[in-house]
Amino acid sequence: MKKIVTKEKSIKLIMLLAASTSIFIVLLIFLFLAKEAAPFIFKPGLSELFTARWVPVSFQKESFGILPLVTGSLLVTIIATLIAVPIGVCGAIYISEVATSGERRFLKPFIELLAGIPSVVIGFFGLTVLAPLVKSAFGLQTGLNALTGALLLALMAIPTIVSISEDAIRSVPKSYKEGSLALGASRLETIWKVTTPAALPGIIAASMLGMGRVVGETMAVMMVTGNAAQITASPLESVRTMTATIAAEMGEVPFGSVHYRALFCVGIVLLLLTFTINIIAQRALKKYRDI
Amino acid sequence: MRIFSKAKNNIFKITVICSLALALFIGCSRDNKAADNNSITIKGSDTMVHLTSAWSEAFMTANSNYEVSVTGGGSGTGIAALLNGTTDICMASRKMKQKELDIASQKGFNIKEIVVALDGIAVIVNPENPINEMTVEQIGKIYKGAYENWGQLGAPKEKIIVLARESSSGTYVFFQEHVLKKADYTTKARLMPATSSVIQSVSSDKWAIGYVGLGYALDAKVKVKVIAVKRDADATPVLPSSKTVKSGEYSIARPLHLYVNYDAPEVVNAFIDYCLGEEGQKIVNDSGYVTVK
Repeated sequence: MKKIVTKEKSIKLIMLLAASTSIFIVLLIFLFLAKEAAPFIFKPGLSELFTARWVPVSFQKESFGILPLVTGSLLVTIIATLIAVPIGVCGAIYISEVATSGERRFLKPFIELLAGIPSVVIGFFGLTVLAPLVKSAFGLQTGLNALTGALLLALMAIPTIVSISEDAIRSVPKSYKEGSLALGASRLETIWKVTTPAALPGIIAASMLGMGRVVGETMAVMMVTGNAAQITASPLESVRTMTATIAAEMGEVPFGSVHYRALFCVGIVLLLLTFTINIIAQRALKKYRDI
Repeated sequence: MRIFSKAKNNIFKITVICSLALALFIGCSRDNKAADNNSITIKGSDTMVHLTSAWSEAFMTANSNYEVSVTGGGSGTGIAALLNGTTDICMASRKMKQKELDIASQKGFNIKEIVVALDGIAVIVNPENPINEMTVEQIGKIYKGAYENWGQLGAPKEKIIVLARESSSGTYVFFQEHVLKKADYTTKARLMPATSSVIQSVSSDKWAIGYVGLGYALDAKVKVKVIAVKRDADATPVLPSSKTVKSGEYSIARPLHLYVNYDAPEVVNAFIDYCLGEEGQKIVNDSGYVTVK
């Protein structure tokens, strides 16, 4: 019998290890980033990061201000979220509350298919199809700008938002709806005033997870935003995101140089940003499970 | 009891798989240092990948016992790989920087530079742009941000869309040194991830300007217009071509380098001799670049 107990314990231990790998890896990544970025604090100093110029290759003076990169990422993310959330949530409400089962069987696989398209393919589509459209729609000289990037990212965030929101809406207890209908509310009133508010924390979580996807996306934005490191609030200007900067510059950078350290600092900022977004999403999800 | 023996079996399997994976991992990481007796790895400038691949194919056909593998990634990537000892030959479309030479001497490397071909950098605009020629100084002013409107160059008053390559590109650094005269690019410059994106954008955006290697510009002649460049205001405008690059008349041209260690194995030297030889230089000509001899 004793043998069985030890076996059982060892199996439990192995499963625990498997379950905790992701925590372990997240910690390792954090440590690794911090280790590579740390010397930056001593050499140019942290204040360098908060300047407004990102000029990593220069014969004059290199400058590693990440503000244009942060504002670039934020601009693209905010616009993409503003586009993706209404479309995603309306889509989810339709699929879960209004659609017939035939429509649902047709719509759902297509939305999931959209999630499976590689981002470089979406980027290619953006460069050759969407950018010229944006250019002619706004009468611009080029379609390589923040708006084109945001539209592409919205396209990538919609599947996430739809499927998680739909789960949330569907799991609203049937008694809520029945109660509302029994009190004389119409179907539309029930959807807008009962079902959707009840599912709101889940919808918020879905939106935040969609936003997380948008912040971290690299290839598609790199191909269509034009990558000019400037601080701007105009969606029709070119911006450079944090992800595109890391992807474009990491390959060339001399190991251990200030530029190399600066890119790791950008990585940490990016990680903190996605972390915050994820925590908010988790909180919202938890609240909705508590109902 | 049955369940447990099954579990035990699984653990055994997992252990075997993990240790195999580990063994494979260690095995791989050990031999990434390349260069046995008969194989060469070459890494670096994206501009040179096409040319070097052509060389290596011809070289392998001529010497069937050798194996050459070529990968791109940018001049900086290649130099970093050479300094980390993960490649035998580095292709670079720019000279090594002092910083990189310092790292090399710190690590005890003695690095040799060989110029294997010349490349002209063509400045391109949309075919509908009325401008046909510019001075180097004017181009520099556009990229520095001093000129922001085509009106300042005598063309219709339209905003200039400035396209440059990513800062990891050798072309970016070369252009900065020789056309911008070491000044910084304007922050409005759009940094394109690839030469093909520059051409794509210039061909579709009427008021854009970009720069690409001569070979690419000649291939895309229908879609974009190549600007004739004047050395200074009084000089005659010169279009980039093999002839004008070689003679030095065209002013935006650069040497393409291979970097190797002085104590590189014999096969590496054989490859470089091949590139500089008659056959190798014929390939240079066929690929749209300019021979050194």
